[in-house]
Amino acid sequence: MTQDTRKLIKQLLKGNRRAAARLMTLAESMSPEAHAAIKQLYPHTGKAHIIGVTGPPGSGKSTLVDKLIEEFRAQGRTVGVVAVDPSSPFTGGALLGDRIRMNRFASDHDVFIRSMGSRGSLGGLAWATHDVVHILDALGKDIIIVETVGAGQAEVDIIQIAETVVLLSVPGLGDDIQTIKAGIMEIGNVFVINKADLDGADRRYAELQMALELDRKPDGWQPPILKAIATTGEGVSEVVKAIQSHHDYLIESGEIAQNRERRYCAQLETIVEHSFIRKLFVEPEEQALFQQLVQEVNERKTDPYTAAERLILHLIKQKGN
Amino acid sequence: MTEAEQKIRVLIAKPGLDGHDRGAKVVARALRDAGFEVIYTGLRQTPEQIAEAALQEDVTVVGLSILSGAHMRLFPEIMKLLKERGMDDTLVIAGGIIPEDDIKPLKKLGIKAIFGPGTPTTEIVEYIRTNAK
Repeated sequence: MTQDTRKLIKQLLKGNRRAAARLMTLAESMSPEAHAAIKQLYPHTGKAHIIGVTGPPGSGKSTLVDKLIEEFRAQGRTVGVVAVDPSSPFTGGALLGDRIRMNRFASDHDVFIRSMGSRGSLGGLAWATHDVVHILDALGKDIIIVETVGAGQAEVDIIQIAETVVLLSVPGLGDDIQTIKAGIMEIGNVFVINKADLDGADRRYAELQMALELDRKPDGWQPPILKAIATTGEGVSEVVKAIQSHHDYLIESGEIAQNRERRYCAQLETIVEHSFIRKLFVEPEEQALFQQLVQEVNERKTDPYTAAERLILHLIKQKGN
Repeated sequence: MTEAEQKIRVLIAKPGLDGHDRGAKVVARALRDAGFEVIYTGLRQTPEQIAEAALQEDVTVVGLSILSGAHMRLFPEIMKLLKERGMDDTLVIAGGIIPEDDIKPLKKLGIKAIFGPGTPTTEIVEYIRTNAK
């Protein structure tokens, strides 16, 4: 690790915002240097309550997050936010616009907001979102809110990070079949029907209620369904109460242990997966082997399974990262 | 996988009270298409909001769009707040309606380039590619 990174870590642990921001940029590079920094920070993490906010594009995630910040700040708690928006699969560029809704907290230094491009990750987050959350945690934020990219049906990576997932929906998006499909509907701990002043809110409520009814466990957490109008703040304090009840439930029931295990397991999987991918696409030697194998498959000298086995064998023979 | 390269992150902000954000949006979109990560903060931002967003987002470039005529008042304040935050090495550029006479004092302030109406977006992209570090 360079002297510069060491200094940034030291400053971060003293609460320096600029150091935190620069470490986040380093984390996004996913380089060995970035991982060395996270290793150093890790013992200082694990204290924050991590909340995920997900839902379709335009359902009001950022606006709700803005109001959640306000509520948590009124309780005297410090807040970190990571807001992810999609990167272009063609140019790698991104327009990160979540901050527009939350920029009123600029003079409050107990609020730290960071925007991220998804950079090729498809599960609703970016590869480095875990690490940015770790940095906010080490900076000492009590509450960390992670806002996913606009999510449809299968973007469920948020459960790898968040202890409590708030799933937003809005009136008028499909019929009751959509609510009983697998995927995103299964991950909500708190359901919020936003824009509840629009036509169809009651119907949406009934559909969600039916879907969740079928899921009911005799003594488990029963996800509440709440109506809100995030633009005016109506219903937001109930959302905060439900988030806190869920957190209390996790601790009192002991489910927090399974919740953590599930998250750490997924994080480890992600790191391993990404390290392998990184090797294949960044390291010249592996890149050459990869290209050679693609060529061999193309010429039908071998099949993709054999090629993959050879690559994996090659990778596990190597040491370090 | 192009993770090895450092992404250029640009903050596009509209200080002051005018509500004309079409230009800022066109530029933001062009920079997105050039492969940059653009953090768009929207209308009516105070100097403090802009400087703090630049710090938290750790951008290498700040683009200010202004059509209200208040640039001589707002830009020095933004530059001062960036400096206070140790962000002096940020490349600050501006666009909008800025009279010829004001360009010199603004450049003296540290605003590196000013793009008036009619500037092709490719020129802005090229400028950033060449000058952002």
